[in-house]
Amino acid sequence: MNKRIDVDPIGCTGHGLCAELFPERITLDDWGYPMIDPAGVPPELGEHALRAVRACPTVALRLLGATSSVAASANPLEPRPR
Amino acid sequence: MTQPRLLAGLTGTGSLSLAQHRAVHGDVPRLDPAGQPSFLSELNASGLRGRGGAGFPAGIKAAAVAGRRRPTVIVNGSESEPMSYKDEVLLTRTPHLVIDGALLAAQAVGASEVLVAAAPDVLAVLGAALDEREQPERQAPEVRLCAKAPGYVAGEETALLAHLEGRPPLPRVKPPLPVERGLRGRPTLMYNAETVAQLALIARHGASWFRSEGTLDHPGTTLVTASGAVRAPGVYEVPLGTPLPQLVELAGGTVEPVRAMLIGGYFGAWIAETGHGVTLDEGALRQAGGGIGAGVVVALGISACPVAETARLAAWMCTESAGQCGPCVHGLASIADLVQRIADGRAEAGDRGRLTRWASMIQGRGACRHPDGVARMIASAASVFSHEFADHVRYGPCENCERPATLITPRREARAA
Repeated sequence: MNKRIDVDPIGCTGHGLCAELFPERITLDDWGYPMIDPAGVPPELGEHALRAVRACPTVALRLLGATSSVAASANPLEPRPR
Repeated sequence: MTQPRLLAGLTGTGSLSLAQHRAVHGDVPRLDPAGQPSFLSELNASGLRGRGGAGFPAGIKAAAVAGRRRPTVIVNGSESEPMSYKDEVLLTRTPHLVIDGALLAAQAVGASEVLVAAAPDVLAVLGAALDEREQPERQAPEVRLCAKAPGYVAGEETALLAHLEGRPPLPRVKPPLPVERGLRGRPTLMYNAETVAQLALIARHGASWFRSEGTLDHPGTTLVTASGAVRAPGVYEVPLGTPLPQLVELAGGTVEPVRAMLIGGYFGAWIAETGHGVTLDEGALRQAGGGIGAGVVVALGISACPVAETARLAAWMCTESAGQCGPCVHGLASIADLVQRIADGRAEAGDRGRLTRWASMIQGRGACRHPDGVARMIASAASVFSHEFADHVRYGPCENCERPATLITPRREARAA
């Protein structure tokens, strides 16, 4: 199943490293902020996606487990409050 | 015209006293813990949707909070939409209906307190209404009144949560949704003021009564704030699905031919003329590129310049950005600047294409829906006013550009019609 890249729009300050490292799915808008391709991240691109996530200076990128938003909120990186 | 529901019994000015309120609407049924499930299913069956702008089904929201540990209920009367005063009318003229709804919502989900956020002068009326009521029983939810924060995005639910927690009123990224993690981390059910008033009527009369007005998908009546080039601006209660031209007639007709109407709010969409063939219904409006939003209807007369109006609106929306998300901060500034250039006749080749490209570029790119609203308003303006935009690009400002603004005017005296 495809994973999905998610950007925290408040955390992101537009360094643009992600678009350099993962141009297959991330491009920059006219103001230098990342636009994520909704197509998702197939397994063969997973390593590139992870590199972009780790390189983000403001830790604003996440790689989410599945494409559906329901599954996304169950993402282990952001535990659901009980 | 159909009988008013929310605005029933209102004559003259001033608010309905508790006695008048009970005479008009009858006693409110008290929900004991055993009655909660049946009320929640009644609320679901009613098909009531939130009246604050997003239109989320009220029953689903309540069910998401019911049964969670120590839930809170908040009634959002912020009404930060400048051309809307329907919540103010509701809260000040029939405060007991809102209080009934607030208490019922709290009882339905097992909350021990309800917060009502509104402007201070509105809260004064609510406070007086609360004083009219008997000392609350021990088990009754406590109603607390809290002053809202100023600012357009301060009415957004996570921004209001931040304000009530003592932080700057800024939206945050969702999830977690307020129903999961709301006020001070507690599961929070937040309803618009009109939504709880509708809920108070559903508790009395039931789901099928509620559905006897409106459409299948969008049942019930709704409050609308009509302004602009209409003879009798004011707050009107109409069934959902009312044809837009009929709504204009209700507001006294037009003072001059209407070029277009802004529907929903400043985040809404422009609809050509008086919206022939368009009904006040989410489905019909969505086909026309808009939505019912907060029930704002502004008629723009032909003596106004739609390009100058759009430029002012875009500039104001830009200043109202919370300033947190890059695409909103920079995108709205670029868009506002570009519309102003078009209005001034300083546009370059490709600027009109750039405008629609930027509008779609900022879509869905913020923590809240502020950029999406601007995108929608701009896209509809560029389409509905394409001739005027083209004329301004070619010939510069028109004779109507300097006329007084229809949009962004001070609030008129709140009154129900």
